[in-house]
Amino acid sequence: MRTKLPDVNGRFGVFGGRFVPETLMNALIELEQEYNRYAEDADFKEEIAYLLKQYSGRETPLYYAERFSRHLGKAKIYLKREDLNHTGAHKINNAIAQGVLAKRMGKTKVIAETGAGQHGVATATVAALLGLECKVFMGEEDTKRQQLNVFRMKMLGAEVIPVTSGSRTLKDAGNEALRYWVSNVEDTFYVLGSAVGPHPYPMMVRNFQRIIGDETRRQILESEGRLPSMILAPVGGGSNAIGMFYPFLEDSEVRLIGVEAAGKGVETEFHAATMTKGTQGVFQGSMSYLLQDEYGQVQEAHSISAGLDYPGVGPEHSYLKDIERVQYEPITDAEALEALQLLCRTEGIIPALESAHALAQAVKMAPQWTEEDLIVINLSGRGDKDVESIMAYTGGKTI
Amino acid sequence: MNRIDQTFETLKLHNKTALIPYLTVGDPDPETTLDIIAELESAGADIIELGVPYSDPLADGPVIQRASERALKNKVTIRTCMDIALKARERGSQLPFILFTYYNPVLQMGLGTFFEEVLKHDISGLIIPDLPVEESSEIRTRAAAAGVHLIPLVAPTSHERIATILSEATGFVYCVSSLGVTGERTDFYSGVEAFLETVKEYSRVPIAIGFGISTGEQVARFSKICDGVVVGSAIVRTIESNIPLLDCEETRSQGLSQIGQFVAQLKGAKLALDR
Repeated sequence: MRTKLPDVNGRFGVFGGRFVPETLMNALIELEQEYNRYAEDADFKEEIAYLLKQYSGRETPLYYAERFSRHLGKAKIYLKREDLNHTGAHKINNAIAQGVLAKRMGKTKVIAETGAGQHGVATATVAALLGLECKVFMGEEDTKRQQLNVFRMKMLGAEVIPVTSGSRTLKDAGNEALRYWVSNVEDTFYVLGSAVGPHPYPMMVRNFQRIIGDETRRQILESEGRLPSMILAPVGGGSNAIGMFYPFLEDSEVRLIGVEAAGKGVETEFHAATMTKGTQGVFQGSMSYLLQDEYGQVQEAHSISAGLDYPGVGPEHSYLKDIERVQYEPITDAEALEALQLLCRTEGIIPALESAHALAQAVKMAPQWTEEDLIVINLSGRGDKDVESIMAYTGGKTI
Repeated sequence: MNRIDQTFETLKLHNKTALIPYLTVGDPDPETTLDIIAELESAGADIIELGVPYSDPLADGPVIQRASERALKNKVTIRTCMDIALKARERGSQLPFILFTYYNPVLQMGLGTFFEEVLKHDISGLIIPDLPVEESSEIRTRAAAAGVHLIPLVAPTSHERIATILSEATGFVYCVSSLGVTGERTDFYSGVEAFLETVKEYSRVPIAIGFGISTGEQVARFSKICDGVVVGSAIVRTIESNIPLLDCEETRSQGLSQIGQFVAQLKGAKLALDR
């Protein structure tokens, strides 16, 4: 039942839907129809599968992190190595699929929003690959913090548009991308980067990311002959987590943990803990949990991890929280950094700050685990992009 | 009878088009908003849209975004906006007020409370730009019960949706002139006239046009084919450029009359070309 959602109105329970200006409604309906048509099209599926394999390097390994496991205690811990994808994170799975869909729909221009730049780089990459014109909206603050990614996108031929409205970060980049789309809806495809936004995006992005969970399921059965007892994944908007969790939703013996950013602490004003501290509301086109004040004004989020620094969360996650199928836990900047360092030292893998949140939750829970426990952590991206911000945070010291 | 219906009926008798200015409440501050409302009324406004400032105004261009940011700095909330409507009424305004708000502030107030307050504050209509017809059934039912008009928007991209949207329209229908967000522009959707004719065909209620209309000439052009013309960003920009005057005791009335003159000029250009 849980895997049958969304319903025809794009709802996951009360969450989801389509709360956008009328100008966009027909574009979203057309997108939904075209997506539904191509989702059944063998040729379309084959093209995406080909690119994921030959271009992005899938499947990604499910790696037994032996030294990390031993350091934490008794359980066996596997890492799903999404960091080994081309461009360094799971974002490319979705960008390839939406890019191919855009092309099939006859669109020649794509736009995207980006926070730290991962989704922007993924979209710029796919646009170059498929010969599409690409504009990336990025908060002005983020363009300063992530100059290398800005340059990377430009090298790939994309135009980066700094957004100067609001808090000049990811949420404003999303607003501006939607505004641009309203003005150019007739020839432009919006490559949305997370499992958020108006229907059909949350469903479409989940289905383009479920390859993470599908592979994990097959791989763990191959190597261990049984399903994991627990899976952890970081949640900002929630695309890597929903892609990982979705194929396991009906397996009630598999505990699913989404890890969100507590920034400087959920008791402070500086966090992005939408599930822990948020309330239900409408934001960027759908009903979901949201950080907001009592009058419905959206509040700014804070996290050391730009990918988790977002005041909303996907509607399907909101639903999975309410039905208690997924448990959501907050992790602070400091805890994430410590876990990041631990993985560097025990495994020689520098994880993205986003992924480090899931690692930190594992560190927290490890004392309760026994030999019977079989853990999977979604290592959603690599940490090269974060080296500068970690240096800034620690003042150049390694922890 | 709803004040909006009354206004359109009276205008129709005189073969006139409604001028519908928009302002963001609390820009630059709530007291000035009240004075601006009085100024707009004496300059010939027929209906006023009271914009609720919002942190994430998806349908708005840079001018209204900036106004929103200024108002939010003044801690203006949806309740402030309703209070302004009532205060303007107490000061003698006869105009219908439309609350222009994104959906989330309404949702957080709770629909029950929201409609109680709308009635208490003598607000005649609602425009919720991020609430398409598919998501609005509960609000529509409650609005109908309260005798308040939920003004639907139709866009040049609405095509076959126009009939559905208009089948339940009350008050008037708001036609979006162009693909895009609010803000002044020189070019409208290339097929705007044909689009307006289509809307007219389906509509049992008056039709108004908005998004990007900023000059007397444009008002005059659309007055020939529409029952109402909404002017938003151009007024908000005029308010913005007069903030230094409005902020200073000695020059305040000068600032207000600049705004009044701008609106009178829009109205004047329209009067000259009455249908």
